[in-house]
Amino acid sequence: MRAKLPQIIVALLIMGAVLGIAALMLLALGQDWQDALLWILAAVMIGSGLLVVTMRDIIRCGLAMIVCFLALAGIYTLMGVPLLGAAQVIVYIGAISVLILFAIMLTQTKDAPTRLVFQTQAGPASIAAVVVAIVIALAVGSTDWGELARRTRLGTEVMSRILFEQYVLPFEVVSVLLLAAVIGGVFLAKREPGGPS
Amino acid sequence: MSDSLDAYLILAGILFAIGSFGFLARRNAISMLMSIELMLNAVNLAIVAFGMFGPHKDATAQGAVFALMVMAVAAAEATVGLAIVIAIYRNKKTPLVDEYDSMRQ
Repeated sequence: MRAKLPQIIVALLIMGAVLGIAALMLLALGQDWQDALLWILAAVMIGSGLLVVTMRDIIRCGLAMIVCFLALAGIYTLMGVPLLGAAQVIVYIGAISVLILFAIMLTQTKDAPTRLVFQTQAGPASIAAVVVAIVIALAVGSTDWGELARRTRLGTEVMSRILFEQYVLPFEVVSVLLLAAVIGGVFLAKREPGGPS
Repeated sequence: MSDSLDAYLILAGILFAIGSFGFLARRNAISMLMSIELMLNAVNLAIVAFGMFGPHKDATAQGAVFALMVMAVAAAEATVGLAIVIAIYRNKKTPLVDEYDSMRQ
């Protein structure tokens, strides 16, 4: 493990250098900085998403998932919904990722089979995933959306007004759902007395 | 590129396809849950993009509120899913889904 740490640092340095050069090239190609940022965030998101589903070590999969969520939060902020980006960081990176890493560390065995990560249907699954992506891209490309005008950024004030005036009932229902999920999670993961340890 | 709806939707489609591949192909139950999270994020991105380019003025805020609700439901789903995985792990001593075959006769 001590020998692997510098490798990770070198990989991070190379990744940062590549991203910086890519940003400079995109800016030099005449894209404005918003487009350049979107390209880079999209590349980081797709790349780390691929790492999540292909890496062997599941803890690294969890860390790559955090990177993926962070890039998505950046995309939300770039789209003009900064509150949603903040919620993404708090909920996904702060809560769900930590929960998943915790569960990974609870269920990791010493003789974890690192040789066979995929099931036998991995080949057909990859073909199906590629087909799904192509079909979505074709459907999006061939649809005529009509007149589209991009909105300007959405202020927190407007969004909170709509959330707490128009959508108060769903908000309360979601809080009840979260309470039910907490109770259900505690009940499911509870150790039964006398059961298997 | 940041002014077109197509770019965001194709990005969401690619992320969804990656998540579906992970869900179908991984052996570890927690990996499958992580893939589900990826798919939920892709759908969230599509919702926000549709709201961003929506037909009337409140569409952006409505899309963002809907995405917030999806986030809360995803948190609930992750809680219950991981609790189920831990409960199964306590009985079977393995997180691999292809060894959960005690219901097969």
